[in-house]
Amino acid sequence: MSLENNGYPDLDEIKNSPGYPKDSRLAKGNCIVIECIQEIPCNPCEVACKFGAIKVGQPITNLPVFDGELCTGCGNCIADCPGQAIFLVNKAYAPEKALVAFPYEFYPLPEKDEIVIATNRSGKEIGKGKVIKVINPKKNDRTPVIYLEVPLELADEVRSMKDLSGKEDKQERE
Amino acid sequence: MRIINHPILGKDERKKKVTIYVDGKPISAIQGEPILAALLAQGIRVNRITKKMKEPRGLYCGIGRCTDCVMIVNGIPNVRTCVTFVEEGMRIETQEGLGQWKNKK
Amino acid sequence: MEKQKIVKTDIAIIGAGPAGLAAAIESAKTGADVILIDENAKPGGQLFKQIHKFFGSKEHYAKIRGIDIGQKLCNEAKDLGVHLMLNTVAFAIYDDKIIAGMTPNGTILIKAKCIILALGANENTLAFKGWTKPGVIGAGAAQTMINLYRVLPGKRFLMVGSGNVGLIVSYQLLQAGAKVLAVIEAMPKIGGYGVHAAKISRVGIPILTSHTVLEAKGEKEVSSAVICKLDQNFAPIRGKEKEIKVDVICLAVGLTPQTDLARMAGCRFEYINELGGFMPWHDENMETTIPSIYVAGDTAGVEEASTAIDEGRISGIAAASSLTLINKGKAEEKILQIWERLNSLRIGPFGQNRQDAKKSLMKAREN
Repeated sequence: MSLENNGYPDLDEIKNSPGYPKDSRLAKGNCIVIECIQEIPCNPCEVACKFGAIKVGQPITNLPVFDGELCTGCGNCIADCPGQAIFLVNKAYAPEKALVAFPYEFYPLPEKDEIVIATNRSGKEIGKGKVIKVINPKKNDRTPVIYLEVPLELADEVRSMKDLSGKEDKQERE
Repeated sequence: MRIINHPILGKDERKKKVTIYVDGKPISAIQGEPILAALLAQGIRVNRITKKMKEPRGLYCGIGRCTDCVMIVNGIPNVRTCVTFVEEGMRIETQEGLGQWKNKK
Repeated sequence: MEKQKIVKTDIAIIGAGPAGLAAAIESAKTGADVILIDENAKPGGQLFKQIHKFFGSKEHYAKIRGIDIGQKLCNEAKDLGVHLMLNTVAFAIYDDKIIAGMTPNGTILIKAKCIILALGANENTLAFKGWTKPGVIGAGAAQTMINLYRVLPGKRFLMVGSGNVGLIVSYQLLQAGAKVLAVIEAMPKIGGYGVHAAKISRVGIPILTSHTVLEAKGEKEVSSAVICKLDQNFAPIRGKEKEIKVDVICLAVGLTPQTDLARMAGCRFEYINELGGFMPWHDENMETTIPSIYVAGDTAGVEEASTAIDEGRISGIAAASSLTLINKGKAEEKILQIWERLNSLRIGPFGQNRQDAKKSLMKAREN
């Protein structure tokens, strides 16, 4: 299992888990993907979804079961997952472009329209992305979520970005 | 190095500063922090030199259990700098070996 | 000669971390007079260094950050009138359940009807060439410096150990602005939760299994580390050494229950590998072989904060019940509920063997 040996899951491991939507649902646009494939006692995702799209039940070590038909893509679950294993993928965002949203708890945060380097699950730099928005509402309890526009073919791979510690922390100045 | 802005802890709001003297040199420290933190903020990582082999020692456990971080503070040797808080005018010296009592009671 | 004054109390709890705080809260709720002793200047134990969101269920404070759980527990204890004795090192337990404590103002003696030991755990160590150089630190030390005191003990880190502590502290080091060059793990598989590993993998930290650290190099302080790939017998493979430029080597190589006072009190011990080694025997009420002396949290086997809180609650309720401050039946009911909650945490690939370990521990001295 890639997760146990390397520290990151590979796409097959995730696609075979009940937290991943069908390809047909993903193609329709704005959909959550849950990359949680180990049985650990945890269920905030079930509580987070107001539309009942995520079910864990008892015992709480059950892998979350995701129903793509009920998912509206609101993204409320992203910040609530303590394992930061939930992402938003929109494959119908724009021609040849997808939108990927991921939790990001590092400073400095990027700004709207900034071009950043997108990374995949193993941390490999796989392309560039444009920051569409960065949200950090109070209810996220300090887990910002970054919405990144990436080439469509990278939608299943992009799950974070390279840190911006090289640039000056503009937030400090404000 | 100090962490000025932190994604979870937020901005460093501590304002009260004190001056401590480390091997004679004045250093700015923040009230409420342990001596060791003030030293690390300045990149000072050697706290003492061992008796036999004259080797440097510094932070190891960070919670007052291992005694690797002890220094002479206001003349008293073997003071654990990771659990002793800074005070205005404190004199801190790198401890050689078991240290010497300069302020004999 | 003046006789040393003895402070009397119903329940004395040593250690104000999650287990101790929870025990204090449950005891105080029954109206018991509670003294909570801690050697530190502030209560909370390791909780105030846990800036990440916890797992579990709502009852386990899931998705709440450790620091906020800590604050919640401290406030609750304070509101219930728990007497907090900080900067007090409990250095002995004598006959008749007398605790000796060292305070900045001298020695204090406390005579309690019940004692709860919530002493936590000690970090294990790993010795290798150059390990005594400044720059080689425990992962807990790194966490203390960055999360409690907002200071980085270096800029470029090597993390040794891929259990949850190693993975979480690596993540927190990134949040503190440090660079983590690698996490190395001697075993062929990663020890901690996959999600903790995934969080750091996706931002570029390599996790190298079957690797160990051979040497800390540097003239006075650490300036590089030599790591090496291991074969199936955990022997370094010649020629697979690699030197990486780091100024800190963090050791996250396991924890061992802190049990000195339990030994001194005469508690009988068992050796339970899955829980960190030697630990005091305890029954379902967290009571040891010494009547009215209880244990809770990592002292009773290394697990996590969530289980520490629940064990603390059990010990507090059981102690109060033994003093008839709470109806026995009610106490038993509450304790059973908590055991259900605990068992719901101790399942799955990470938790089941701990549940089995606890069961085998309690069976070891069944009458």
